[in-house]
Amino acid sequence: MFTRRTDLQLERDTLGRFLPWLIAFMVYLSVLALAGMLALDRLADNWDKGMRGALTVQLPPSPEAAAGGPGAARAKIKDEKRLQAAQGVLESTPGVTRAEILNEDKLLALVEPWLGGDTQIGDFPMPRLIDVEVGDEDVFNMDLLKERLAAAAPNAQIDDHGIWLQHLIRLISSVKALAFAILAFIGLATIGTVVFTTRTGLAIHQDAIEVLHLIGAQDSYIARQFASRALMLGMKGGLIGLGLALPTLWTIGYIARMTQSGVMPDISLSAVHWAALILLPVAVAAIAMLTAQRTVMKTLSGML
Amino acid sequence: MVRFENVGLRYGLGPEVLQDVSFSLDPGSFHFLVGPSGAGKSSLLKLMYLALKPSRGLISLFGKDIATTPREDLPALRRRVGVVFQEFRMLRHLSAFDNVALPLRVADVRKGEIRHNVEELLSWVGLADHMQARPPTLSGGQQQRLAIARAVIARPKLLLADEPTGNVDDRMAMRLMHLFDELNKLGTTLVVATHNETLVERLGHDTLKLEEGRLSLIPGRKSAVSKAS
Repeated sequence: MFTRRTDLQLERDTLGRFLPWLIAFMVYLSVLALAGMLALDRLADNWDKGMRGALTVQLPPSPEAAAGGPGAARAKIKDEKRLQAAQGVLESTPGVTRAEILNEDKLLALVEPWLGGDTQIGDFPMPRLIDVEVGDEDVFNMDLLKERLAAAAPNAQIDDHGIWLQHLIRLISSVKALAFAILAFIGLATIGTVVFTTRTGLAIHQDAIEVLHLIGAQDSYIARQFASRALMLGMKGGLIGLGLALPTLWTIGYIARMTQSGVMPDISLSAVHWAALILLPVAVAAIAMLTAQRTVMKTLSGML
Repeated sequence: MVRFENVGLRYGLGPEVLQDVSFSLDPGSFHFLVGPSGAGKSSLLKLMYLALKPSRGLISLFGKDIATTPREDLPALRRRVGVVFQEFRMLRHLSAFDNVALPLRVADVRKGEIRHNVEELLSWVGLADHMQARPPTLSGGQQQRLAIARAVIARPKLLLADEPTGNVDDRMAMRLMHLFDELNKLGTTLVVATHNETLVERLGHDTLKLEEGRLSLIPGRKSAVSKAS
């Protein structure tokens, strides 16, 4: 497809000089949209994997302990006993592989992003949490656990993160669909640009094309010249676009790492994702080539 | 080789520029095509080299009815027809060598063979020293010879020339005609449109005469093997 010699001198076309820059801009936006889409996909996957089989059992402090006052010390001891009982129930539940009571340091670390590092555990009533890991979901029975937990610690609440995760994944899916739509629009815009450039090229070189036609050139011979030109311009533009997009992605990643401070899980791309991003300019160049080829073939089919 | 039956041609809604044109050309024949300006000589040649479709009638080329021949088969037919255009129609950005090589390149001929054939032919038409020259830098006569070289490089069975001597002096015109005669002797069928009556007289081939869109045959001294109606 890389035909160096062109009978039509397409390399002199002024429009051809703008095409790589237009494609570079399209590829730049495409790489950002695709990277965003892939990163969100990975984020959703990480969350899903991280949350699957994870439960949090929450025991709010009893009203007496929360209110303070003379009876608070006894109430706290009762709360602690309920916590231990709940842990016992959890550990004896089939399928549960771990049930760990989060100590005060861990609780403070969890609220640190919102409340800062100077918070003390006694500053406000905080529920106690048990981090539960379900290893074998087939033997695990949530209804049975709720029943047993209600008997041991009546005010215990079980959070399997399902609703929260569902909302989050729905949000991510919407953003991903939006990114996909942006990619599709960019693809259509690229196709439109190549069609316009090719048609203009056909008009500029009409006389030479007619000569080639009359000396027996097949449509494919003429189309190949436009297609290889579009491929080369597409590759050139694609590489420029990728070259600009990669530092942008690195900067976005750097800013994200600096600001997420534990609220968000790590958003990063896998090797496959990076390969997809690097192959994007090749895909765009291939689209440009096929579009030029089809445009020429369609236009020439109207000639005798 | 070429057969026209009741062919008519009009451009858009205008009057017919060719009316009921019927003739046939036998392989190896040589015809001049004469007529006043605007009589339809170029239009008739365009029909023969498949640049135009007739408004009516039947055209058969190398035994194939053009109206029913699939479009994808037309390039193969065109490769068997060499054309010397009136205005040369060389590709200005290509060298003389590349212009002459074009018909072989579109036919996918090997590079080595192209180089050998093109160099030999350019030498034959006296352009050996101008192989890398661009057409606009050549004189009218040189461009004319270049156009002829491009038309004959693929050894066409039928050669159509539209005013091939229009830009050259009488001596060069005679040389070109002898070149055409040589090709004709090698088996190429020729139709040469010209205004040059001296050449027509001197060479004595059959003449197709177009007047007001109608065609007639004037037999030449050399008793051509052609039929016309």
